Amino acid sequence: MKDNRSNIIQITFILIGAVFIIKLFFIQVLDENYRLAAQNNVMQRLVDYPYRGLVFDRNGKLIVYNKPVYDLMVVPREVVLTDTAEFCDHLGITLTEFNEKLSKAQTYSWYKPSVFLKQFSNEDFASMQDLLIDYPGFYIIPRTVRAYPYKGMANALGYIGEISKNQLTRDSSSYYRQGDYIGISGLESKYENPLRGKRGAKYRMVNVRGLEKGSFKNGAWDTLPKIGENLTSTIDIELQEYGETLMQNKVGSIIAIEPSSGEILSFVSAPSYDPNLLTGRSYSEYYRKLSTDSLKPLYNRPLMAMYRPGSIFKIIQALVALEEGVISESTSLYCNRAIIGCHGPQKYRDLKEAITHSCNPYFVQVSRRMINQGESDDTYQDTRIGLEKWRAHVASFGLGSPIGIDLPNEKGGMIPNVQYYDRAYQSKNWKFSNIQSISIGEGENLVVPLQMANFAAIVANRGFYYKPHLIKAIGDQKEPLPEYREKHYTTVDTKHFDVAVEAMAEVVRSGTGQYRAKLSDIEVCGKTGTVQNKDRPDHSVFIAFAPKDDPKIALSVYVEYGGQGARAGAAIAGLMIEKYLKRCTDRIHMEDYVLNGEFIY
Amino acid sequence: MRRTDDIKASKLDWITILVVAALALAGWLNIYAVVYDSQLDQNIFDLSSNSGKQILWFGISAVVVTLIILMDFRFFDSFAYPIYGVVVLLLITVLLVGTAVSGSKSWFEFGFVRFQPAEFAKFTTALAVAKFLSKPQIKKDRIKTWVLAVLIVSIPAILIILQGDTGSALVFSAFAIVFYREGFSPLLVLVGIIAVALFVLTLLLGQLYLILAIVITALIIIGTGKRTAKKLRTVLAIATVTIGVVVSVDYVVNNVLQPHQQNRVKAFINPEADPLGYGYNVTQSKIAIGSGGVLGKGFLEGTQTKFDFVPEQSTDFIFCTIGEEHGWIGSFILIALFVTLLLRIVYIAERQKSNFSRIYGYGVASIIFFHFAVNIGMTIGLFPVIGIPLPFFSYGGSSLLAFSIMIFILLKMDAHRMQVLVH
Repeated sequence: MKDNRSNIIQITFILIGAVFIIKLFFIQVLDENYRLAAQNNVMQRLVDYPYRGLVFDRNGKLIVYNKPVYDLMVVPREVVLTDTAEFCDHLGITLTEFNEKLSKAQTYSWYKPSVFLKQFSNEDFASMQDLLIDYPGFYIIPRTVRAYPYKGMANALGYIGEISKNQLTRDSSSYYRQGDYIGISGLESKYENPLRGKRGAKYRMVNVRGLEKGSFKNGAWDTLPKIGENLTSTIDIELQEYGETLMQNKVGSIIAIEPSSGEILSFVSAPSYDPNLLTGRSYSEYYRKLSTDSLKPLYNRPLMAMYRPGSIFKIIQALVALEEGVISESTSLYCNRAIIGCHGPQKYRDLKEAITHSCNPYFVQVSRRMINQGESDDTYQDTRIGLEKWRAHVASFGLGSPIGIDLPNEKGGMIPNVQYYDRAYQSKNWKFSNIQSISIGEGENLVVPLQMANFAAIVANRGFYYKPHLIKAIGDQKEPLPEYREKHYTTVDTKHFDVAVEAMAEVVRSGTGQYRAKLSDIEVCGKTGTVQNKDRPDHSVFIAFAPKDDPKIALSVYVEYGGQGARAGAAIAGLMIEKYLKRCTDRIHMEDYVLNGEFIY
Repeated sequence: MRRTDDIKASKLDWITILVVAALALAGWLNIYAVVYDSQLDQNIFDLSSNSGKQILWFGISAVVVTLIILMDFRFFDSFAYPIYGVVVLLLITVLLVGTAVSGSKSWFEFGFVRFQPAEFAKFTTALAVAKFLSKPQIKKDRIKTWVLAVLIVSIPAILIILQGDTGSALVFSAFAIVFYREGFSPLLVLVGIIAVALFVLTLLLGQLYLILAIVITALIIIGTGKRTAKKLRTVLAIATVTIGVVVSVDYVVNNVLQPHQQNRVKAFINPEADPLGYGYNVTQSKIAIGSGGVLGKGFLEGTQTKFDFVPEQSTDFIFCTIGEEHGWIGSFILIALFVTLLLRIVYIAERQKSNFSRIYGYGVASIIFFHFAVNIGMTIGLFPVIGIPLPFFSYGGSSLLAFSIMIFILLKMDAHRMQVLVH
């Protein structure tokens, strides 16, 4: 019996040992969770934010840089506050805010740091730094925000901000984490990838109190940050600023393009705002103000505001008609005001004069010849064929769909097609007389200012264009993205452009109000494109390029409700050309006219 | 017959000594590993560190052990009661003049040296129990004998509870194994085990389910086989008592146990319920051990233990360091070492001619077993947290010295086993 009991005791000892070994096998070998939990305990990920790339203008002037700001961090476990009210006073927050922020941090982790207050300026930092010695658990880390030495071009540059929940879920690259900054609009958004660089991370180990205990796995997981690439813009920042000044107290836009390359020299959207407002702690306050402003300063007019093309469209009509062979440069047509109203003298010797004087009946008749070429005996069918042919020509000028500038949210305007009229008339029974208003740039046609600037560049180039773009070099790569290196030809032969160029030169040379764009030593070519508004003044629109031979600049100017195109539009275009080509103007009276005129309603 | 003082070292049981030495050495390295900080230049022999102090205690223990080996082997038999008496007095004294360390008033402090009489009460009680049960005229079939034996065990246990060290007091329940070996009714031991099992099951499953289970079991037993009045009475009585135990669990947990003990019970049942509160120790301990994998992170490479995620890591939770740094293999070896030691002690006990030596041997085995089972069991969540050290392994002078004395008294008597006349 004694032996038996001794055996039972020994078996019990062995049994307990075996139970332990089996249990240990489960938690040590089979269950991965403990290993992950341990890693989670000790591992702290320190993100090394790279500097975002800088942006320079075409002459090497810095237009976007990074400014240091400071985030106040908190480690809840280490917080010892004897006088919370005093602490809140220093920070300028209420007790409720304090408690909210602290409990949010506590929910995240008691011993890992989280952001308590974001983006102190340098000045705040100086005063906080000494103070924080008395507040254990709080410390400051440096970060950067964007800063802009020039106050212009806000809509093109765009802004950065914390990534939204939506963007985070849509991010297929899984690069972004909550709290990361991302380009939200403009160039910041379009060139987000090169600009942001690559975030680095350091993994370090911390003890239970959050004290650093060396690197994790000897830094095997650490990655170095890669600084964002600098961008060289096509913008001439001085011309840009000048444009912004000219557009003060007006609503509209100026887009200037170098025709030979498609590089955008200035990109003015008015009214605008100081891009520095949308950085730092005041971001949300100003964003709210700007987004509720009745003049819509956040609205990127050069790309998004759609207008009827007006008389400018007559040049396109002339070019397409020449290409189709339905008229020649010497085609003379009677200004029949029974067809449509007109102004100016009633007799034109040729096409050039018709363009210069913007004759409505002339171009309605030209269009009829284009649309109804007798391809089919059925008038309706013939119109359909003609319209599609016409539309293909027009589209080759970059109209009717977004051209593809390197900015987000570009609108394409509208050039009606067969399907459009089928829907509009609920049948196929429509013919030229129903749609003739498109001949003179009225009716259903819509364009954005960028397309008109590009059109000016096309005429300047006598028939081709490069897609307009704002960035001409990314980092070490000294050329723009491939799509901006590709030459696009219109369907109209180069030889037909001479008449358009001559006509536009004539407009400025001898037009009634267009003299405002006329320069003494440089031959400017231009065309007004007054857009009529019901019950309100017309939009003043002017496109131009100069010099006539080997043009260096082509532009479109839109001043909403600014009256005839020959007024504000022509004046601004002239001043811009002068500024770009001569760097100054001696036509002070013209500046005064633009700056002090009443162009806003 | 040989002369009684003719003792050669070769007579000592070297297997036991080797296993003990292996445990102590491994323990020492782990004590060093626990506080190791790669950023500091630390020396394992630095006397201001735990590992350095442990070396000092190795020395003190070696001196005391040598003295034991040089003493007359009959001293322990003859002076079992006086030794027991002295320690009981010390336990009373410490209640009056002792120093409180983390809530337990169980320490004597002499300058920089502290020691805990409770550690020494374990082997002195084993001596007294052995002395009492080895009396030639002892009648093991009488209830009075066992009441007295339980009394010998209870006196130091109660004094230690009064000091506030419930964990150390629970160690004395290990004497149930000795009593069982010496003829105490297995039925009563079984009843004790069943009571404990019911207690734990109630906590794990909830009262309602357990009562239902008991009722159903009782009905099945009554419904099957012969239905006699006696059987009915017995089953009903047992069912009533077990239900009584189950019902009393809530009362015991909420009213008898102190808050920190209640929390340990709650943590045992469900550590995930409050991983940062009462479940923290167990959760972090399991994370440390579980993160070790098969081979462990390597010596001095543990992060959970080193960075203080696991509390009491040099003493009660030292097994975490093994689990984390040496993985399942290391844990396996450590457990195997302990089981080897326990089986060897039982083997030594069984080869004694003298009843006193044998019973004492079982006392040693039982106490070490209890420490081993509860200490490792709690770190992997198989037992509630009870703060007792891992023998020879944990940091702590009193514990190391007391266990060394305990085991070398046995080895000393074992060396002389052939010189004893059987009573």
